[in-house]
Amino acid sequence: MIRLDQRSITYLWYPIVAGVLASLPMFLNAYWVDVLNSVGLYAILGISLNLIVGHAGLFNLGHAAFYAVGAYTAAILNTKFQIPVMWLMPLCAIAAGSFALLIARPIIHLRGDYLCIVTIGVGEIVRIALINNIFGITGGANGIFGIGRPSVFGFVIRKPHEFFYLIWIFLAFTIFVFRRLEHSRFGRALNYLREDDVAAEGSGINVSHYKLAAFVVGAAWAGMAGNIFAAKMTTISPESFSFWESVLVFTLIILGGSGNNAGVLLGAFLIVGLPELFRDFANARMLVFGAAMVLMMIFRKGGILPAPQRKYKLAGVTGGQGEGRG
Amino acid sequence: MEEFFQQLTNGLAVGGIYALIALGYTMVYGVLKLINFAHGDLFTMGAYLGFTLLTALNLAGRFGPAPGVVILLLMVMGFIALVGALLERVAYRPLRQAPRLSAVVSALGASIFLQNAVMLIYGARSQVYPQNILPMVGVNVFGVYIPLVRILIVGLSLVMMAGLYLFIQKTRIGTAIRAAAIDQGAARLMGIDVDRVILLVFLLGPALGGTAGVMVGLLYGQVNFTMGWVYGLKAFTAAILGGIGNIPGAMVGGILLGVIEAMGAAYISIAWKDAIAFCVLILILIARPTGLLGERVAEKL
Repeated sequence: MIRLDQRSITYLWYPIVAGVLASLPMFLNAYWVDVLNSVGLYAILGISLNLIVGHAGLFNLGHAAFYAVGAYTAAILNTKFQIPVMWLMPLCAIAAGSFALLIARPIIHLRGDYLCIVTIGVGEIVRIALINNIFGITGGANGIFGIGRPSVFGFVIRKPHEFFYLIWIFLAFTIFVFRRLEHSRFGRALNYLREDDVAAEGSGINVSHYKLAAFVVGAAWAGMAGNIFAAKMTTISPESFSFWESVLVFTLIILGGSGNNAGVLLGAFLIVGLPELFRDFANARMLVFGAAMVLMMIFRKGGILPAPQRKYKLAGVTGGQGEGRG
Repeated sequence: MEEFFQQLTNGLAVGGIYALIALGYTMVYGVLKLINFAHGDLFTMGAYLGFTLLTALNLAGRFGPAPGVVILLLMVMGFIALVGALLERVAYRPLRQAPRLSAVVSALGASIFLQNAVMLIYGARSQVYPQNILPMVGVNVFGVYIPLVRILIVGLSLVMMAGLYLFIQKTRIGTAIRAAAIDQGAARLMGIDVDRVILLVFLLGPALGGTAGVMVGLLYGQVNFTMGWVYGLKAFTAAILGGIGNIPGAMVGGILLGVIEAMGAAYISIAWKDAIAFCVLILILIARPTGLLGERVAEKL
C-alpha cells in the first residue's frame, strides 16, 4: 500500500509541473520561448529514438532521416495540395514508418555496431537524395518554402508562444504514449531482447519482429515531429536533417539516461537549452558533449538519470532495466 | 577512353587513401572487435597537422620536395600514432571488459570530441594546403596525362601497405598481432602481452590514417574538419567490402571502392558520388556481411 501512496505523490507533481510549464511563456520573451520550443521538439525526437536505442538497444544514428521524411511529406503535400499541416500528421507518421519498415527490414538482423553504421549510411543517402531533388519534388538544396501554419479548431498557430503550447502538449502526449508502450508486453519484450536476444528468442519472443516494430514506431513518431518542425519553420532544407542532427538526438539520450523518459527530457534541456545560456561557449558544446559521452560510458553507463530498475509484485521476478548491457 | 583512364587513376589514388584508413579500422576490429569511430578524426588530425608543419616549418623549401614530404609524413605518423595510443588509453582501455555497445558510444564520443577540437583549433573554414610542395608535373601514359601527385599517392600507399603486410606476416610481433586477433585468451596463454599488441595496433592504424590525411591534402589542396567522418565511413565501407578484420581485404576493398566511386561519379552522376559508397556498404552488409575475401576462420601462423 506504501507504493500506492508514493505513486499518488508522483501524480500530484504532474499538475504542478504542467502549471509551471504552461505559465512559462508569460515570463519569457519570444527568444527564450523559441529555445523552449527547440527543447520540446528535441525531447519528442529523443523519446521516439529512446524506444529504439534505450529500450530495444538498437543503435540508430540515422534518426534525422525519418524526421526528414515526415517534414518533407508535410511540406510537399501542404504546398502542392494545400492540405492543412495538422491533418497531415497521421500521413507523416505513416510515411516515416513505412520508410523505416522498408529500410530496416533487410538490416534489422545486423549486429549492433553494423546496424549503427548502416543507419548512418541511410541518413546520408536520404540527405543526398533531398539535395539532388529526388523525383523533382524536394526542391533541391534550397528546400521547400511557404509551408502553411497549423491551425487547431480554426485557431492559427503563428507566434513562438503559441507553438510552445502545441509542442509541449504534443510532448506530454508523446510521454504518455511511450510510457504506456514501455510498460506493455511490447516494452517488456524489447527490454528482454536488449539484455539477451538469444534468451528472448528462446522464451518465444520473435526478436526480429519486435526489433522491427520498435524501429517503425520510433521512426513514425519522428515523422510527426518532422511535421511540427516543418510547420514551425515554414521553410525546410536538407541542412536541417544532417548527420549531426541524428548525433545530437542520440547524444541527449545517452547523456540524459537511455531508457528513461525523464532522462531524455533532462538531456534535451542540457544539450539544446544549456548552450543557449552560455552562448560564448556554443562552439565548444559538442566538444564537451563528446568528452562527456566517453566519461559517461566509463563512470556512469546509464546516463545522468539512469532508468530505474523495474519492479513487479510477483516475488522473485525482477526486471533488468538498469544498466543497458545490450 | 581517355576519361576512363583519368577516372581509373583518380580512383586508384583515392582508393589507396581509403585503403590506408581502412587498415586502421580493420586492425582495431580484428583485435578488439570494436569499430573505432574516432579513426576518421585521427585522419583529419593528420591532414591538419600536415598543414601546420608544411606552413610553419617550410619543410618542402628547406629539404626539397621529395625529402620534405618524407620528413613530413614521418612526423605526422609519429604524432598521430601517439594520439591514437592516448585515445586507446583514455577512451577504450577502461571499457575493455564492458559490453560492446558501451565501447561504441565511447568511440562516438571520442570522435565528436576530436572533430570539434580540430574545429576549435583551426576554425570551421577549410584550410588550403600550400600549392608549391610537389612540382606540378605529370606523366603522359598512352596519351593520358596523369599528375605526379596521383602517381606518388598510389605508389606510396602501395609501399606502405606492402610494408604493413610483410610486418604482419613475417615478424614475431606481426604473428603476435594475428594471434591476438584470433583468440585473445589463447594468445595470453602463449605468453603474448595482449595489452601491448592492442597498443601497437593503435599506434600503427592511426599512423597510416594520419598519412592518408596528408595525402588528401596534397591531392585536393584543401582540408576541412568534417572530412574525417565521410572518409572514415567510406574507409569503413572499404574494410567491410574486403571483409573486416582481414588486412589484405582492407587493401583490396579500399582500392576497389575508390575505383567504383570514381567510375560512378563519372558515368552515373557526380551529385550522387557519396551515396554510391553508402549504397555499396548497405548492399554488402545485406548480401554478404563477411565481405569479398570472407572472414578468416582459421589461419596457420
